[in-house]
Amino acid sequence: MKFKFATALTGLLAGLALLTSASVQADNSLTAITAKKSISLGIPTDFPPYGFIGTDFKPQGMDVAVAQLIADKLGVKAELTPVSTPNRIPYLQTRKIDLIVSALGKNEERAKVVDFTIAYAPFYQAVFGPKALSIKNYQDLAGKTIAVTRGTIQDDILQQVAPPTLKIQRFEDDNSTVAAFVSQQTQLLATGAAVAGVAIQKNPQIQAEYKLLLKDSPNFIGVRKGETALLDKVNEILRQAKADGTLNAYAQRWLGRGTGVLPE
Amino acid sequence: MSLDFIVVLGQWPMLLKGLALTCLLTAISAPVGTCLGIACAWSRVHGATWLRAMVGTYVEIIRNTPFIIQLFFIFFGLPAMGIKLSAETASILAMVLNLGAYACEIVRAGIETTHPGQIEAAQSLALNRWQIFTRVVLPPSLARVWPALVSQIIIVMLGSAVCGQISTEEISYAANLIASRTFRSMESYIIVTLAYLGLAVALRQALNWAGPRFIFGR
Repeated sequence: MKFKFATALTGLLAGLALLTSASVQADNSLTAITAKKSISLGIPTDFPPYGFIGTDFKPQGMDVAVAQLIADKLGVKAELTPVSTPNRIPYLQTRKIDLIVSALGKNEERAKVVDFTIAYAPFYQAVFGPKALSIKNYQDLAGKTIAVTRGTIQDDILQQVAPPTLKIQRFEDDNSTVAAFVSQQTQLLATGAAVAGVAIQKNPQIQAEYKLLLKDSPNFIGVRKGETALLDKVNEILRQAKADGTLNAYAQRWLGRGTGVLPE
Repeated sequence: MSLDFIVVLGQWPMLLKGLALTCLLTAISAPVGTCLGIACAWSRVHGATWLRAMVGTYVEIIRNTPFIIQLFFIFFGLPAMGIKLSAETASILAMVLNLGAYACEIVRAGIETTHPGQIEAAQSLALNRWQIFTRVVLPPSLARVWPALVSQIIIVMLGSAVCGQISTEEISYAANLIASRTFRSMESYIIVTLAYLGLAVALRQALNWAGPRFIFGR
């Protein structure tokens, strides 16, 4: 009887300790990063030209360059962690990564769980399809099939504006989504410009082309909610990089175009 | 970290639709896959050499490759050969082929442990080969391997979760979608885990009741 009570009490106290310790950790990421001298950054590895694996098996691309820049300016080692669209926000929330530098667009739902820095790279999402199909506006999407990656901005937009007879088929990552379009399992593809560019180039037999703009949505860096110290520091680094032309140089190199005017 | 189940349960129509599709996928692929398995088992034991070789190759390929690869092959690969299947059809086909291969080996184990005396007795009663197989060999074999077969059917039912990867709108797909919309991953996956648990328990009870009642008696 005594023995059982003691173990139960220990268990209860341990549980309580866990619960309370969880709430004490807001806004200490920057100090933790400087202390352990490394920052964990979520980057895309299947999303050229923002993040992809080069022939030397190292990640490279626009987002990877910006991630490395942030680590260098903070004076810490960069730990580049590959993330996918569905898992990047959960990874950030569960502290597996400190920043999302992965073609992250800003919208209201995401803003509820993640803090955004200023924009650092241009990006747009659109509908792509074969030349033979005429899509001039959202109503033309009625009765068609479209492939889209789950949890993306284009997924949200399609949910809101597309006619209900549009069959939206969602896949876990850009590779599967593009594979579905290229194998003609779906008639249309909704994705970012960069992804579509590569897909169309490599598959001329489909004769796909740009059809309809969904959103002009530049890339932002994602920070855990409440981490204001880290947010301010990253914004400072990005503003500096914008002012001295580093971001523009990266954009020219990886995207073949300048950054243009990026929103704050 | 606080758990907010209400947000996720608010999407109950999507979850229910997903659950219904999971049940439908299992309801179709379980009987068809088992029949395929029994046919393949018969072929491996009694069939001609060429048939045995063909079935053997099919069984070895399916049992030695991951289910997701088989599924992707059917959904993404077959269109290149001109065969375009919808996500649901591809899922059912993949589950049937998968269950068929495993069921073949399970049922074959049952068939091969039939006492030769049973077959001799049946022959001496002038039963033909079809009657011997379906009335004398198969029912006791199925009774012997029923637990293993039921387990395999449940594994395939749980494997239907993978079909969400090709946009089949079953319950895992619904959970993933809700998780990415509400950012409540933990709650979504807890609910779906409970759903699968409930389904598996119910399926096992149902099959353990139906087997003795309809297939092999007592």
